[in-house]
Amino acid sequence: MPQKYTIHTKPAPPKFYPVGKYATIEFRENCAGSCKECVKKKCVYDIFKNNYLHMSKMEEPEYLYTCNSCFRCIQECTKGIFSRVINPEYRDIGDEYYTPDVINRTWYQAHTGSIPVSGAGYRGPFAGKGFDSMWTDMSEIVRPTRDGIHGREYINTCIELSRRPERLAFHDDGSLAVAVSPILEIPLPILFEKPSFGVLSQKVLVSMLKAAQAIGTKMFMDADEINETLAPFGTTIIPKVKKENVHRFNGLLKGSDMVEIDYEPGIESVLEALKAGHENLVISVGLPLSAALNYADIGVALSRTAMDTLHVYADYNGREFNSQNPRFIKDMLRDIHTALVKAGTRRQINILASGGVSMAEHVNKTIICGADGVVIDRPLLLAMECRLCDRCRKGLSCPVKLEGIDPEYGSNRIINLMGAWRNQMLEMLGAMGLREARRLRGEVGRSMWFEDLEKESFGPIFGERKISLDVG
Amino acid sequence: MNTTLNSLPETKPVRSRFRNTIGKYTIKRNSSCIACGKCAELCPHGVHIKPDHYSAPFRPVEHNCIGFACKDTDHYCIEHCPEEAMTLKENPLLETMGDYRWTPDMLLGHFAMAETGDLPHVDLEYSLGNSGGGFDKMRFKKPDPGLALDLADERMDTSIDLNKTGDGRPLKTISIPCYGGGMSYGSTALSVIVGRARAAKRLNSLTCTGEGGYPPEFLPYKDHVITQVATGLFGVREETIQNCPVMEFKYAQGAKPGLGGHLLGEKVTEAVAKMRETVVGRPLFSPFPFHSVYSVEDHKKHVDWMKEINHKVLCSVKVSTPTDVDMVAVGAYYAGAHIIHIDGSYGGTGAAPDIAKKNIAMPIEYAIPKVHRFLVEEGARDKITLIASGGIRNAMDVAKAIALGADGCVIGTADLVAVECVRCGNCESGRGCARGIATTDPELGYMIDEAYVEQRLVNMYMAWRKQWCRLLRSFGLTSIKELRGRSDLLVHLDYLDEEERKQYQNSPGYKMVL
Repeated sequence: MPQKYTIHTKPAPPKFYPVGKYATIEFRENCAGSCKECVKKKCVYDIFKNNYLHMSKMEEPEYLYTCNSCFRCIQECTKGIFSRVINPEYRDIGDEYYTPDVINRTWYQAHTGSIPVSGAGYRGPFAGKGFDSMWTDMSEIVRPTRDGIHGREYINTCIELSRRPERLAFHDDGSLAVAVSPILEIPLPILFEKPSFGVLSQKVLVSMLKAAQAIGTKMFMDADEINETLAPFGTTIIPKVKKENVHRFNGLLKGSDMVEIDYEPGIESVLEALKAGHENLVISVGLPLSAALNYADIGVALSRTAMDTLHVYADYNGREFNSQNPRFIKDMLRDIHTALVKAGTRRQINILASGGVSMAEHVNKTIICGADGVVIDRPLLLAMECRLCDRCRKGLSCPVKLEGIDPEYGSNRIINLMGAWRNQMLEMLGAMGLREARRLRGEVGRSMWFEDLEKESFGPIFGERKISLDVG
Repeated sequence: MNTTLNSLPETKPVRSRFRNTIGKYTIKRNSSCIACGKCAELCPHGVHIKPDHYSAPFRPVEHNCIGFACKDTDHYCIEHCPEEAMTLKENPLLETMGDYRWTPDMLLGHFAMAETGDLPHVDLEYSLGNSGGGFDKMRFKKPDPGLALDLADERMDTSIDLNKTGDGRPLKTISIPCYGGGMSYGSTALSVIVGRARAAKRLNSLTCTGEGGYPPEFLPYKDHVITQVATGLFGVREETIQNCPVMEFKYAQGAKPGLGGHLLGEKVTEAVAKMRETVVGRPLFSPFPFHSVYSVEDHKKHVDWMKEINHKVLCSVKVSTPTDVDMVAVGAYYAGAHIIHIDGSYGGTGAAPDIAKKNIAMPIEYAIPKVHRFLVEEGARDKITLIASGGIRNAMDVAKAIALGADGCVIGTADLVAVECVRCGNCESGRGCARGIATTDPELGYMIDEAYVEQRLVNMYMAWRKQWCRLLRSFGLTSIKELRGRSDLLVHLDYLDEEERKQYQNSPGYKMVL
């Protein structure tokens, strides 16, 4: 029996204190001094232990980052000298999409390789925009058992990147009558991409590639940037080329099993030529989701060429390019997927989606909207303790010294993050009663949408909405 | 008038377990204070206390302070202090407390209700959260003043019936439209779950064992304890089914739909392991779903099995809220259940993957009208009790759920907030809850005593009852049963014109940092 795919994680504690949410304030001048009831000694989480050591090193006290919000020190101190505030640095990290919470959870997963688990119920907004306007379904009774999804009840997360023939035909003797290209598949519907900003030293890139290699996925990067240090990663790298420079990389492509070429009008002939020159090379076309392009129609046209995979790009936050009122990737993907289904070519090609995937839940939701897999970049940096502080863009030093990261450590953190993401994917797939990530593709029937639920459940009671829903 | 109403329990003040309470306002005395005692003399809210023979007043009891609303009164301590030694401001600590669903005001409001048995006198918004949807966007319509009744709370009926099938089994009625959700022996401190059972007895309601077995401490209250049969079948025995007035099949849980229960190894102490017949220190994962149930027919066998073991027991079926929750509910009805209990996706838990809490299954606000309508269409609505849970946080959420079509609600988190849970979410980590609620730790697990839990819960529910009675009276209703399905009494702010919307209270606009 073939070995079941699993991502082996091992803890990789942070090298720098993660930016914690709460800062404990102590009005020490009011301390009783000799109090036998000192709450610091009684802290359940021991966060005050050794809390004086930072002073000699002129560091920040550790308990800035480790408070678990139980409020006991605040409520039990005999002199009431404790209070708390939200750490101002916490408010500043990230942006509207990569919120401090998303960044903190990513760090946690990269550290532990574990799924974030907590007590008490959900604590966020009722619903929101983008991916927060959809829920996934679950099966109550009639479904395969979920227990043991990490072992006995195997859920397959592999996807294909190569093209599938429209149909199979056979000769009278049973042999295949159609040419079938080799199948290229990866065990996880998540691929990497070199980020377009950040500290991108060789060590950082090697960390990403090592992680990709270890878990069996691939990483997109410009063919121009593949140097001698990175070349040994071979087929883990998907070189990105353009129509005008593709001829320069013939040698590189011979050692690759997949290539990506930027979309531009008239690309079809280049794809044919590329396929003719590299019979077994899987070809992806990178298509920006720009309001200036009719991406659904372009996708359909490309699906009738030699392209194997359509790789669509939204911006970091999953938004459409070149638009005053940009759409979100989930809606754009649904359009592309539906157009391909109508054209009858969806099953022959694959769709990869970049942009807006910042958490594990976004992987499944992107796939439900019609992608086969997702491509991520920022979460890779976050896994390596990046704070998205943008100091590197301004030419300032990196607060976590990313440029000198040990690739063993960096890749360990990324592998941990991917392990945690995959396990979360399995939890959701298990709850939906699906045993294969491929079955989830375009499966909107296993999802629930904010606008639909409002209409179905509240429409008969409250009538027509007067405040339009912004779910894009 | 319902005779059970006479047994409504007495409320009495139960102070916080903690020395320093958290208030909406902070009031500080500086070193200029000459301990004249003027503030203690003036304050009618018990903020300033200076017992006779004490040289100085106690530190202000901040959670009793009504803040700047006091300014217009003749007992505003800030202005009357001869030494100007006092300062008043909004408590900055609140920014670090609560979340979109349970705002700091809602937490403090429930602490106050549990302490006093009355509605808070401080200006706290304890009925609306900040989630921006669902219950937080719903309001009851402005009632016609002509409808208002002049009836005392004692004459109002807040009871609901749990057996509507007419199958000859007991007609179980509970005095409030709520009962306690399952919290297992192992996940929650024994004193908490037994305290809940004691409160259920006094309130003539119910509580539920969860799936951790049936500790003998429940026996004195057995007529008010539901035995849960969940997928792990931990501690389920014939006698525990024979003990209970209602048994509950837990097919799924709102906080983690499609996933089984999870008890961390640290919580599996010797006593817990013995109760669950497992090994000390080993984490316990409950399977999902029931291995013996793959169809409604299989489910019916389960129900029949329980009914055979206990000829008086009522059967409740707890399910989550998938797309086809209406079909599931009807299936449960045809299988012979007395209660269909739908648990929405925003419900509480002792431990669940965050991804599951947020993303899987629909919020309860959508599921209630969906199930209610389908049961009506199937002609089954009056033959089964529909109970809603999962994100029902306060008395007005209960009333809204009933108006949407539920008969009553199951409450979990609010019970814990009543015993001073701050929803820090660390129930699952290490030794468990640092506040002694969701833990079996030898030290932390004994921070609370049963009597405290019992009275705090009685207080909170009696305060909730006041809100229900006030609401019912304003619409000319005398029984909460008359409210069921009266969605015509509700409005949703997003479905109103701007002018109409102005007539209703805005949602709280806290800036949350998550």
